Amino acid sequence: MAQSGQQHPIGIYLKIWALLFILSALSYTVDILQLEGYLRWSLILLFMLLKAGLIVAVFMHMMWERLALVYTILLPPLSLLVLIGLMAVEADYTFLTRLFFFHDGG
Amino acid sequence: MAHDIAVAATGENDHIGIVRDWSADKQVFGVPWGKAMMWIFLLSDTFIFSCFLTAYMTVRMSAVEPWPNASEVFALTLFGHHLPLILIAIMTFVLITSSGTMAMAVNFAYRRDRRKTALMLLFTIILGASFVGMQAFEWTKLIVDEGIRPWGNPLGAAQFGATFFMITGFHGLHVSAGVIYLAVVARKVLRGDYDRNGRYHNVEIAGLYWHFVDLVWVFIFAFYYLW
Repeated sequence: MAQSGQQHPIGIYLKIWALLFILSALSYTVDILQLEGYLRWSLILLFMLLKAGLIVAVFMHMMWERLALVYTILLPPLSLLVLIGLMAVEADYTFLTRLFFFHDGG
Repeated sequence: MAHDIAVAATGENDHIGIVRDWSADKQVFGVPWGKAMMWIFLLSDTFIFSCFLTAYMTVRMSAVEPWPNASEVFALTLFGHHLPLILIAIMTFVLITSSGTMAMAVNFAYRRDRRKTALMLLFTIILGASFVGMQAFEWTKLIVDEGIRPWGNPLGAAQFGATFFMITGFHGLHVSAGVIYLAVVARKVLRGDYDRNGRYHNVEIAGLYWHFVDLVWVFIFAFYYLW
């Protein structure tokens, strides 16, 4: 029977597993050390993106798939950046409106 | 038919390969149809979870009352030590470990190792179930001890409870459904169904779903618990 599907040495999964453990421990350390401000947010985002990338690329085998599939799945979520941008502007507006009418007495 | 994978695409995997895959007189994706459909389902699920998380960002940014400090809300006192966020950290490690055992299960499945595949699936199921158990404990603690409700809480912004129950609840449902899904697949593996019909890639498809649940947790952990 022709071998199909994703077959890779087991070692790579163990290595990625260990990496995910280390990255999770690091993001937990950010909280334990009570880091604040931009340092905290950038570290959280960095560890989050690294973990997400490792899971998708190796555990979900995206790095070995045909580009036709990779692009079909990974490009559409980029449109979410537009939603996030729009909602951030909207939330900012709501916040200022609330301050104006409910706190400073409009 | 066992060999519905015979459509596997070949040739270069660059921009020319993409054009060929899409324009040739054949299936676009060189994978079993179930796998392509699972990916497309996961893409739609990505949008659902992203909408929840974006909504959470919106209500948190626009809240005028102080946002409760997640680090303290989810702290536990274990063996006389006060540990911030400890339960969530343990849940994170449990879910990552279950993702690791799932990856091993997929690997053993493609080696046609029935017993090891089923064993790894069983580990994954146990870890997933204990994750749900810890989540039930967390919800109970928040509802009973801290008085947090979807419509308000004594700690600050009311939106904290609304987004918490919505997001973690939806994720918990995914984990629970995943446990059932994996149990069905594990039973088929043990019964030898895939030895007869050759569809061991069904283990990989279940694995995609399970890794996705872990992936969503990575984002919830970062944005909800750590931010």
